[in-house]
Amino acid sequence: MRTVTELAGTGGPRGIFDELSKREVRRAALTAVAVPGYQVPFGSREMPVARGWGSGGLQVTLALVGPGDRLKVIDQGEDGGVNAANLRRLVVGHVGCEEETDTRRATLIQSRHRIPETPLRADQTLVLQVPVPEPLRAVEHDVREQRRMHAQEDYARMWVGLYEDLVRNGVVTKSAGYPCMVNGRYLISPTPIPRFDVPKLDQAEHLTLFGAGREKRIYAVPPHTRVEPLVFEDVPFEVEHTPGAACRHCGATASYLVEVPSMDGAVAWVCSDTDFCTRNREVR
Amino acid sequence: MSWALKVDGLGRVYGEQGPRSLPGTGPEHGTSVSPATGAVVAAWDVGFEVAPGEALGIVGESGSGKSTVMRCVAGDERPSRGSAYLSAYDDGRTDVLALDDGARRRLRIDRVAVVYQDPAAGLDLDTSAGGNIAERLTAAGGRHFGRIRERAAELLELTEVPLSRMDDPVRTFSGGMRQRVQIAKALANRPPVLLLDEPTTGLDASVAAGVLDLLRNLLERLGVAAVVVSHDFGVIEMLTRRVMVMQHGRVVETGLTDQLLEDPQHPYSQRLVAAARG
Ligand SMILES: [Zn+2]
Repeated sequence: MRTVTELAGTGGPRGIFDELSKREVRRAALTAVAVPGYQVPFGSREMPVARGWGSGGLQVTLALVGPGDRLKVIDQGEDGGVNAANLRRLVVGHVGCEEETDTRRATLIQSRHRIPETPLRADQTLVLQVPVPEPLRAVEHDVREQRRMHAQEDYARMWVGLYEDLVRNGVVTKSAGYPCMVNGRYLISPTPIPRFDVPKLDQAEHLTLFGAGREKRIYAVPPHTRVEPLVFEDVPFEVEHTPGAACRHCGATASYLVEVPSMDGAVAWVCSDTDFCTRNREVR
Repeated sequence: MSWALKVDGLGRVYGEQGPRSLPGTGPEHGTSVSPATGAVVAAWDVGFEVAPGEALGIVGESGSGKSTVMRCVAGDERPSRGSAYLSAYDDGRTDVLALDDGARRRLRIDRVAVVYQDPAAGLDLDTSAGGNIAERLTAAGGRHFGRIRERAAELLELTEVPLSRMDDPVRTFSGGMRQRVQIAKALANRPPVLLLDEPTTGLDASVAAGVLDLLRNLLERLGVAAVVVSHDFGVIEMLTRRVMVMQHGRVVETGLTDQLLEDPQHPYSQRLVAAARG
């Protein structure tokens, strides 16, 4: 994990994100680490990225990154996507750090929709871009009421939502952004990561920071913190899994697989994490 | 202690809170509006005790202050003065009116339940009957889906709601059925104190009679301490043993319900009784 001194550090080149803004984001990030799962407001800036494409994540990354960092940016599981590559180049050009695609060598990873398959270490930080940070929006639109519910740890209506889902559909249909309790206190939406990735947040070695630009919120899951998906005792939490599916490239069956169109019309699967897939192929 | 709920010196003033607002208000002045400050003395110096298994009625017309008293005790609003104690909270040693909002809200989970006149005030109409009950059960820490279903079914059976309707949104229910679901939800965590605010007002007479029968049975069987607020002496007669009559924010008469109905002393009580006897 980054030390407090590093998080609060000064310096770095000027440009798209001034020192004052960085300091504000760092301050919010420190508060977020101190109160795991609590959404800390911050003065979000306009960022030179497409709307909805991670201005919150970018600000957190810019506030943390230094010339000595190795930055990995992924969209879905891919390093090579246009958005991911653009964002990576933007930060690298701005800060002068190194571009990285190998999860093992990256010091800072910004992601949308996935947590890498390779377990992250204490010396790595994950920044997740958050489109909708408020898990309670599913059951309550009034922002003041949402705040009250968080303050009083009044999450009964989330449980009712889960109950109704089970009654109506026989299963919990919520997949991406599955609501989780952090450290037994605050409910968070872990961004549009699949359920498959949720267990990776629980008692992790690394720090995860969540940045929501439009909603101006930062929250955190510090290392060694409990992250528990909202589930009834007698209805187990199940992650996405298709029996019999294996990656077309590397043969992996235990990674998060996505369906791809195949020439012969049959269903084919590939690893969503391209870096993992590449290395897994080399191993074979 | 013999009471489950005790209320002392409860007062609620809208507008200027000082002593200047009191003179000139009350039944003998025919108003609850202060001539000096224009403040509304909605309730003043109201006190009572309710024992487990006992039901107390508060009767009066609209503007008498009876609903204000109920809302203050329920925690829906903060009184200007007074205190309230629950034997089920800190052995009755803590004034629950002085608790912060979060603690007050938690009392509503399993210590004090309220049934409102309008089912929409106590229920989420877009949620199923079972889901509404599940809200109360999960608030109390229920995390076992199967047991929540079982308890919800048990409560719906208790309030005579057909189990076949358990998974239907409450919005699709009739007024009487909604009220039964609201009662089921209120009883979910076996609260020792139950507050009923005009529980049958607005229902058709025959439907209201059915709900009253149900409430009467439940109050007899459950050993809960109940406060029944109504403008209708018929409801009070059916459900309560003791009654307080309120007018212009003050209690004008208290007594055993059957005696007071037989021989009301205060002119206002006499009027209300006459109206109920029609
Ligand atoms: Zn693969």
